[in-house]
Amino acid sequence: MAADTDIRVGVLALQGDVSEHVRAFEQALSARIGEHHPVVPVRRPMEIEGLDALAIPGGESTTITRLIEKNGLRRPLARFPGGIFATCAGMVLLATAVDDPRVEPLGLVDMRVVRNAFGRQHESFEADIAIEGLDSPFHAVFIRAPVAELVGTGAEILARLNIGAVAVRQSLHLALSFHPELGQDLRLHELFLERL
Amino acid sequence: MKLEELRFGTELVKRGFASMQKGGVIMDVINADQARIAEEAGAVAVMALERVPADIRKAGGVARMADPARVAEIIDAVSIPVMGKVRIGHFVEARILEALGVDMIDESEVLTPADEEFHIDKTAFTVPFVCGARNLGEALRRINEGAAMVRTKGEAGTGNVVEAVRHMRAIMGEIRQLQGMDRQELSERARAIEAPVDLVVECARMGRLPVVNFSAGGIATPADAALMMQLGADGVFVGSGIFLSENPAQMAKAIVTAVDHHDDPQILAECSKGLGSAMRGLDVHTLPENEVLRFRGR
Repeated sequence: MAADTDIRVGVLALQGDVSEHVRAFEQALSARIGEHHPVVPVRRPMEIEGLDALAIPGGESTTITRLIEKNGLRRPLARFPGGIFATCAGMVLLATAVDDPRVEPLGLVDMRVVRNAFGRQHESFEADIAIEGLDSPFHAVFIRAPVAELVGTGAEILARLNIGAVAVRQSLHLALSFHPELGQDLRLHELFLERL
Repeated sequence: MKLEELRFGTELVKRGFASMQKGGVIMDVINADQARIAEEAGAVAVMALERVPADIRKAGGVARMADPARVAEIIDAVSIPVMGKVRIGHFVEARILEALGVDMIDESEVLTPADEEFHIDKTAFTVPFVCGARNLGEALRRINEGAAMVRTKGEAGTGNVVEAVRHMRAIMGEIRQLQGMDRQELSERARAIEAPVDLVVECARMGRLPVVNFSAGGIATPADAALMMQLGADGVFVGSGIFLSENPAQMAKAIVTAVDHHDDPQILAECSKGLGSAMRGLDVHTLPENEVLRFRGR
């Protein structure tokens, strides 16, 4: 990978909590490198080129799917050579299969994802969960969250709740049901950056 | 994981829901067919109503929460979040919508207020709320009551963007002024706009409202939507503007594209072509005083 100081991170900025992801990655990078490092929004195919990592934010997966098609981003995303850090709707998009035909996933992480697996907003919650690779629980926020009900042999489950996997890793990609970008705990960002 | 370890309806969970709507278009719909058209067009959520605001104006009388059967029908039709409107101060209508499973409640001046003194105590609910505001003081009072999201009021059901522009400029401008103030001045300003001082200080520090702020009330074209985004909106609500236009499905798609590419005139030109006529619209200056919605709920 690139030397730490040259590392280039983008956030897919079609819809969702883009600015939260930008802030979280800028903080994680500046903690790692010791200087401010800008994170760039990505909306066009040419903006993906040269990135080492890309965040796909939380938002509405049906909306983001449609905008990926409309903006010609499907192929550049599906062939992205760097790591993808995906939360919530982003996790849905990384999957190989989704329970809802309205969403066409990118097929980058070998898992079958169920949307809104816990229910509607009324059933959204915060909880401390154990995650492989972290030595103490992570305070996770689940918002109309998906889970991976099936995870293939190519992928590794880092955390699970009773109804399915909520953190899944495959090669450089990290797919999360919850939203570390909404909080101040950046250990998962560090874990992700470490492997690039 | 044990159920008692899960915390529902916290401030973070409510405001987080609103954050996921950013950069999106929330569309008013009155039945399952319209809801499916909105979802297909790329709406991030739908607002389930009995009538769109322009038709509420026409109908007159007391405007109330929609029939729960209609809200339930819309919830069943789509996978995106469904919101519903309740009258200002009507916490029982809000409990009913919460029980139906709506994802967010709009305590809205578009319906006839049930309480002219108090808004709903929104901290008492698990479901998040969005409320209207015309200026920073109104916005911060609603946030203090527990609103997880704000929308500028505009003047609903007119198809005229002028009030939406006025309210967005007011809020953004008031926040810009705060940024040059010291602690004493902020405290004095908080008193003047009748808002909690800690929220005023937070706005000054962040350079924005501490919750997501959408624009609403008069957006009728892709250009209107892009205008509101450029003025600082995090997203837009489109009410009568879609389903009272000549080609709702195309108008809906074009407005979604316009919000995504609000700073790209080429794409805005392309998506604005051949949409047929927008909703007819009203001059806000000729409305009789009792038909002005934005003055409800200060």
